[in-house]
Amino acid sequence: MKHVLKLLSLLVVISALWIGLLQASIIPQSHTWLLPIYFIVSLGCYGLLMVGVGLMRFPTCPQEALLLQQDIAEAKDFLKQKGVDVGSD
Amino acid sequence: MDAEKNKYSIIVPTYNERLNIALIVYLIFKHLRDVDFEIIVVDDGSPDGTQEIVKQLQKLYGEDRILLRPRAKKLGLGTAYIHGLKHASGNFVVIMDADLSHHPKYLPSFIKKQLETGASIVTGTRYVTGGGVHGWNLMRKLTSRGANVLAQTLLWPGVSDLTGSFRLYKKSVLEDVISSCVSKGYVFQMEMIVRASRKGYHIEEVPITFVDRVFGSSKLGGSEIVEYLKGLIYLMVTT
Repeated sequence: MKHVLKLLSLLVVISALWIGLLQASIIPQSHTWLLPIYFIVSLGCYGLLMVGVGLMRFPTCPQEALLLQQDIAEAKDFLKQKGVDVGSD
Repeated sequence: MDAEKNKYSIIVPTYNERLNIALIVYLIFKHLRDVDFEIIVVDDGSPDGTQEIVKQLQKLYGEDRILLRPRAKKLGLGTAYIHGLKHASGNFVVIMDADLSHHPKYLPSFIKKQLETGASIVTGTRYVTGGGVHGWNLMRKLTSRGANVLAQTLLWPGVSDLTGSFRLYKKSVLEDVISSCVSKGYVFQMEMIVRASRKGYHIEEVPITFVDRVFGSSKLGGSEIVEYLKGLIYLMVTT
């Protein structure tokens, strides 16, 4: 099944639940009508939260740049000795 | 599977990587001492003499270890992999970039992970503990993170790093997945891993560090973002 169909079926199920709630009147109708908006806003907030948290915890590796420079120097030395042209870029 | 009988074909597409290709070959040989492998350089007619350097490297390391399989001009990444695959004699294929943003020192961890888990694909991820990125400013990190959250929400891909291109595949799996992919650029990398995930292939991840050496050039303009969104929609609808 194509992924977009999976998402649409999920949407259909959620909508059916919402319509069910509307008809069953367990929650006052005025609240029930607003549920989709609450849902979308919560989804948006969750997304923003995930982006923010991810950004704060974004793994960085400054030491890797240094290690890379060392590796490059080592490689250049070896290759120069063996006759490979490691001149400028 | 008998570990001793495994051979790894490392496909490295190049375009104007005259210096980097020599460095990366040295580093691959340094980190894969007891491994049976070959490096397949797919050069797209680089005007800077990349192929000359590869020939020098062949004299040094052997033409059976370094294969030069060039093409006449820049023809795109997907076709470069397909081209390289045709010449691959290993039962595993590694794809990696030539510009040293992918460090060969992680190759043993890819191999180890595959042997431990029997996975069909091992993909490098920059976004977990143990991995990381260097050389990205805040804006770049923000777009990367935003793009990732969007992709996770819309696609449920099963991997943490969708656009990464440092991967180890079982050769038969790569052949199967690549035949059904049509995108270009980094959307191609996304399509590969999403299609593999949909087909039910066992995918594992290893942390990698990514040192972006293309300083100052922002690869993320408005058109890139549009391409990305179009790619996401395409993948939602076709996978």
